[in-house]
Amino acid sequence: MSFAGTLATPPSAPSALGRLWLGGRQISVAASAVLLAPFFALLLVVFVYPLLSLLSTSFLEPHLTAANYQRVFDNPVYLRVMLRTGWISLLTTVLALVLGFPIAYMMTRVKGATAALLTACVLLPLWSSVLVRTAAWVVLLRRDGIVNNALQWLGLTDKPLTLLYTEGAVVMAMAHVLLPFLILPIYSALKNIPDDYMRAAAMLGASRTRAFFEVLFPLSRAGIWSGCLMVFLSALGFFVTPALIGSPQELMIATLVSQQVREMLDWPFAAALIGVLMAVVATLTMVFSKAISFNRLMGGGA
Amino acid sequence: MASTGASTNIGGAAGGGIEIRGLTKTFGAVRAVDGVSLSVRPGEFLALLGPSGSGKTSILMSIAGFELPDAGSIAIDGEDMTYVTPAKRKLGMVFQKYTLFPHLSVLDNVAFGLKMRGVGRGERHRLAAEALATVRLDGYGARMPAQLSGGQQQRVALARAIVYRPKVLLMDEPLSALDKNLREEMQLEIKRLQSQLGITVVFVTHDQGEALTMADRVAILDKGRILQLDSPKALYETPKTRFVAGFMGETNFMNVRIESSATNGVSVRLPGYTLHEVPAPSVVGRTIAGAQAVAAVRPEQIVLNGSSGAEALPATVTGVIYGGATVLCIAQLADGSEMRARLSDPSRVSVKTGDRVHLSWPADALRVYGEEVAA
Repeated sequence: MSFAGTLATPPSAPSALGRLWLGGRQISVAASAVLLAPFFALLLVVFVYPLLSLLSTSFLEPHLTAANYQRVFDNPVYLRVMLRTGWISLLTTVLALVLGFPIAYMMTRVKGATAALLTACVLLPLWSSVLVRTAAWVVLLRRDGIVNNALQWLGLTDKPLTLLYTEGAVVMAMAHVLLPFLILPIYSALKNIPDDYMRAAAMLGASRTRAFFEVLFPLSRAGIWSGCLMVFLSALGFFVTPALIGSPQELMIATLVSQQVREMLDWPFAAALIGVLMAVVATLTMVFSKAISFNRLMGGGA
Repeated sequence: MASTGASTNIGGAAGGGIEIRGLTKTFGAVRAVDGVSLSVRPGEFLALLGPSGSGKTSILMSIAGFELPDAGSIAIDGEDMTYVTPAKRKLGMVFQKYTLFPHLSVLDNVAFGLKMRGVGRGERHRLAAEALATVRLDGYGARMPAQLSGGQQQRVALARAIVYRPKVLLMDEPLSALDKNLREEMQLEIKRLQSQLGITVVFVTHDQGEALTMADRVAILDKGRILQLDSPKALYETPKTRFVAGFMGETNFMNVRIESSATNGVSVRLPGYTLHEVPAPSVVGRTIAGAQAVAAVRPEQIVLNGSSGAEALPATVTGVIYGGATVLCIAQLADGSEMRARLSDPSRVSVKTGDRVHLSWPADALRVYGEEVAA
C-alpha cells in the first residue's frame, strides 16, 4: 500500500466516521487506527489525562463532594468574577468585531501591495508573543506613557489620567490581541461572496448601504459567528493580558484560578472553577456550532 | 423611495430606447471600446455578438453603469445616464452566472427589486409570485435557490429582473452555463417573454446561433468597434467584411486573384483556374486587377457534380461526415485548401473519400472581399 496519496473521503460517503480513503483506495479500519494512533496517544497523555485528573480532584478532595462547586456559586465574590469574565469577554468580542469587520472587508477589496501589507499587518501580531503585545499597551497607557503625554501636550488634560488597570484598558488590549481570530474567518467568508452578488443587488436598485445589509452582511454571517465565538471563548480563559493590564477590579476567572493554585494552593477549588468554565465553553460551542451549521445550510457559507 | 412603476403591473410597459454616442473605454493600453455609437430602438431585441475581448461586455457594463466610459455618452429612454449609478438606472439585468442570493428564498429573490423600491411585503410577494408564473415556475417560491436546477435558477433570475417592469433588460451571456437543449428552450422562452412584455433587450453573446435565433438586429463587434449592425438575415446573406462572414455561420474562404475589375463587378480566378464573374452587389472592399482577394461561399450552397461547365471547380473528396439531416462533404482544391459542402439529402449522397468531384453553386452565392477600406 502506498502512503503517498492524500486522505480524503469521497463525496458519496455519507458518514464522516465511515471508511477512510487513501489515494482513491479504501484503507482498512486497522490501518487507519494505526495512522491516527500517535496523535490520539499524545492528546490522551498531555491533555485528556491531566484535565480529567484535575477535574476529578474537584469532586474527590478531600472526599466525594460537591462542596468545591458549592463554594463557586455560594460566594458572591467568585460569582462576580465569573459574570465579569463573561462581560469583559463580550465587550472584547464586540470591540473586535467593530474594529475587525471593516479590515476584513477592506482586505477583500484591495489588490497587490496594499493587500499584502494589510495581510501582514493582520498576521504578524499572531506570530509575536502575547506578552510582548500586552507589554506594549502598558508602555502606551501608563501614567507617563505616550497617550498621557500626548493628551497633556495637546492640553486636553492637565494631569495624567488613569488609563492602565481599568476595564477599558483590559478590553482594548484583549480585543487587539484577539483581533486576527476575528478578521480571518470574516475575511474568508467575504472573499467567498462573488462580486456579481453586489452587482446584482445594485442593478435591482439597492444603494451600497442597502446592498451591504441585505446581501453582504447576511452572506458573511457564518464567518462573523465563528469569528465572534472564537474571540469570545478565547477571551473567557484569557490570562496574560488581564493579569498585566487589569487591577483586582478586573479580576477574571483565569487569574483567579492562578491565584488559587499558586498562592492558596487550593487545587480542588481551582479545579472546580475550571470545571465551571469548561461547562460554559462546551455549552456555548454546542449551541453556536448548531447555529453556524444551520446558517451554512441556508447558504450562508457560500 | 417611491413605488412608481412597480404597482402598474398589468399592461406591458413599453421598452425604452438607448442612445450610445462615441463610447470609449480603455483598460491600460487596451481600447476595449473604441468610439462606439449605437442606437437601440424601443422594444427591440439587440444582440451584441463578438469574440472574447471584442468589447461587447464592456459596452453592456457601461450601459449598466458598472463601468464609467472615458468618453462618450449613454442615454436611456431619453435620459442621460452616462454618470448615473447602476442602482438609479432602473434597468433589469440577468448575469452570466445566475447570481441568485443564496440566503433568500426564490420568492424573496424575485421580490428583492420591489423591496428596494419600497413596495410593501404583501404586494411585492404577490407581484413576485406573478413574475414566477410568467417564467413558468409557479409554486417554487418557497424553495432556496440551491434546490433548483441551472435552468430553473436562470428563470428565477429572469423573473427577478422583470418583476419591477424595467424598460430595458440587459443580458450578459445568460445561457452560456446551460447545456445545449436547455439553452435552445430558454432562447425561445426569453424571446416569447420579450415580445409579451414589449421590453427592450440588449443581449451579449459569443454564440452566433443564439444571436440569429433571438435578435431583431445583431451588432458584430471586433476590437472594440462595431463592424456591422444589421438584421440576422442581412448579416448572414450580405456580410460587409470577411470577419463578419467568418463569424456568422460556416463559410468557405478561397484565395483568389482578381483578373479584372469594373463598376458592374469583378472577374476572379479560383484555385483550379476556373474564372468567375462576380456582380458588383456581391463585391465588398477595394478590388484592383492583379491583386489577391478572398472569395467566400456558404457550405449549404455548394452543389456536388451539379454541372461540369467551365465554372465548376474540380476537387478531391477527403471526408464524408454523416450528420443526420445533412451530410458534410470535405473536399480539397487544387491549391490544397479545403472546402466544406453541406448536402441536405443524405440518402442521395453517393460520393466517398477519394472521389473526384466538381463543385458549383448558384451565380449569386459567391462573395468577394477585397482590401478593406478604413471606415
